[in-house]
Amino acid sequence: MALLQISEPGESPAPHQRRLAVGIDLGTTNSLVAAVRSSVAEVLPDAQGRALLPSIVQYLPDGRTPTGYEAQAQQTADSRNTVVSVKRFMGRSLAEAQASGAPYEFVDAPGMVRLRTVQGDLSPVEVSAQILAVLRQRAEDVLGDDLVGAVITVPAYFDDAQRQATRDAARLAGLNVLRLLNEPTAAAIAYGLDNAAEGVYAVYDLGGGTFDISILRLSRGVFEVIATGGDTALGGDDFDAVIVERVLADLPAGHDLTPGDRRALMVTARAVREALSDRETARYALTLADGRELARDIARTEFEAWAQPLVERTLHSARNALRDAKLAVSDVRGVVMVGGSTRMPLVRRAVGALFGTEPLVDLNPDEVVALGAALQANLLAGNRAPGEDWLLLDVIPLSLGLETMGGLVERVIPRNSTIPVARAQEFTTFKDGQTAMSVHVVQGERELVSDCRSLARFELRGIPPMVAGAARIRVTFQVDADGLLSVTAREQSTGVEAAVTVKPSYGLSDEEIARMLSDSVREADSDAQARMLREQQVEARQLAESVRAALVNDADLLSDGERAAVDAALQGADAVAASDDVEAVRAAVQALSSATEEFAARRMDRSIRKALAGRKLDELA
Amino acid sequence: MAVDDYFSLFGLPARFGLDEEALEHAWREVAAQVHPDRYATASAVERRVAMQWAARVNEAYRQLRNPLLRARYLCEQAGVDLQTESNTAMAPAFLMQQMEWREMLDDARRDAKTAAALRAELDAAQAGMRKQVCELLDGRRDYAAAAVRVREWLFIDKMEQELAALRPA
Repeated sequence: MALLQISEPGESPAPHQRRLAVGIDLGTTNSLVAAVRSSVAEVLPDAQGRALLPSIVQYLPDGRTPTGYEAQAQQTADSRNTVVSVKRFMGRSLAEAQASGAPYEFVDAPGMVRLRTVQGDLSPVEVSAQILAVLRQRAEDVLGDDLVGAVITVPAYFDDAQRQATRDAARLAGLNVLRLLNEPTAAAIAYGLDNAAEGVYAVYDLGGGTFDISILRLSRGVFEVIATGGDTALGGDDFDAVIVERVLADLPAGHDLTPGDRRALMVTARAVREALSDRETARYALTLADGRELARDIARTEFEAWAQPLVERTLHSARNALRDAKLAVSDVRGVVMVGGSTRMPLVRRAVGALFGTEPLVDLNPDEVVALGAALQANLLAGNRAPGEDWLLLDVIPLSLGLETMGGLVERVIPRNSTIPVARAQEFTTFKDGQTAMSVHVVQGERELVSDCRSLARFELRGIPPMVAGAARIRVTFQVDADGLLSVTAREQSTGVEAAVTVKPSYGLSDEEIARMLSDSVREADSDAQARMLREQQVEARQLAESVRAALVNDADLLSDGERAAVDAALQGADAVAASDDVEAVRAAVQALSSATEEFAARRMDRSIRKALAGRKLDELA
Repeated sequence: MAVDDYFSLFGLPARFGLDEEALEHAWREVAAQVHPDRYATASAVERRVAMQWAARVNEAYRQLRNPLLRARYLCEQAGVDLQTESNTAMAPAFLMQQMEWREMLDDARRDAKTAAALRAELDAAQAGMRKQVCELLDGRRDYAAAAVRVREWLFIDKMEQELAALRPA
């Protein structure tokens, strides 16, 4: 899009310009895509009319990758190459993945674990990208056009590494990420807009592999998250594991289980757990690979006794979140239940007892997150109708800090701070003549660095030699609306600067993603090449036009030297606008963009100042 | 421009005494105007500038909403540096008081009654500080004297946080 078109906030494009944007719930067990059509959010089904896409990908030796139900059918027969619950490994290390006990061959890799399959070692990001690509294709088939972007939901309690990994997966799937949205917040949008709710609500979200609790204040179109808590390694899978553990206790020792057995045990456990939501007893029956048979009736009361400790963990998080919000149980007007695992009667009873109110279950707990994400995507794409407007004020789930002397954490941004947020802290050197300082960024609530998650390390070099304590190093943390962190460090007296977007130790670098995407474009046919050239030519013309328009009103923001540089870049763009050398056009667009970047920033700043000053005049009137 | 300090950003008078409801209302309005969600399909540069404004607005709200941070901000705006790092000079009476509280805090680890008593004392001290600082800032406009109180207030606040952290999780 043209760089210098300052968009007017709140503008709704004409109907024919309606921009297609979807919401995607990338779940541990199932994923969904939803969109707003004829002003109603709805889940987009596949060709067979099914709403859910099981989050399962099978990697076949011939290079095919069946995804969803087709892969699900193969999960016990080919368990090593059929990846389930990959969300649990997003942004996680080898040690963490192995602790999960999942039946894969894990491979150590810098930053994030990989899974060994017949198609090579794959990162959880690539597996998730495959699921997202299928949903994207589904959306484009149903909606009949390309998407301008997507809102992808993540558990509120996801840390920076997990969020980065999710965003990378979406970009790898060719999606323009409009926003990473917290799952409970998405559910609150779907619920709140449906019910015109006002007041404090809790969202209790127990999915296949993650648990979130969020406390929100809903008022006059503002969804303000006050506190959030949870556990990114607690979900329906864990309830299934409890059943498996009990069933295996009956089995005589001495026989090994195959990976296929382990998968089958979990699949059967899930069926039993789901059956127990509607019935008082269910039968666990399974024949293992070596012919041994497992058979046992399980009563709901029995299962509930086993599962009680897991439910207690969720209640503990809920109480902590309330405490963080400085609210009492009685302040909460309602509890919205989200996630398939909240169908368990035990969970509903426990949550109802804690909050002293009947949990709200009128929206399908599997779909509510995707529906909320679709509503938000529609809003962000600029499709909202007049009067239909809301604002999300979300928070970061975990504190961000720096390592200081003695392996202690100095907190820079506390958890539950409203985002976007920027906060700076000053540090100094501790040795005479020290010219470099290493900055170690961590996330978590504990006091020791070793108990927190390490997000990034970088070095600020070139500090001029001074006596200890004389240098003033200002480290600034900035968290954007997606909850993603970037950190800069600057020595105040000299201006020496170092910056890092926190991702080098987790996920893919921008270059890696760009390469993977351009590889796929290069393979495309000549039609695509021709289209790319046309798009570049259009962009060059539009950009040049908007720069000229901007210069008419705001040329005073540029110094003479800056103006000369902009004019030169404009001439460069004009010169190649009709060329059929796609690389030359692209280079000219790039040159004009970078020559006008600072200009664009100043114009945006001026526009915001004007808008804010105007607000005050309105108030006086 | 008129939006460079935190108070004018929200269209409020630069005073310690503050209508908290008006602040919250103004924050929501200003946050709505600059929130990155308003610019989700704009260029990367515009999104970045909007994000920086939104962060600034949230930080302004955080500092003005909290009376202690608000007092500190007013002192700094008036050119009085609190020197929290370098200047640890305190009135002898306040130092004595502080030592007494430290001892109570140690006992509070084991004794719920002492914890409750300390909490009550600290709450009262906070309220007293609030009143004094309000008079110094809004009444007498004596920022240097206010800064001395604010430094003491920071200690009381820290003590209260330590006390709160004693509670079992």
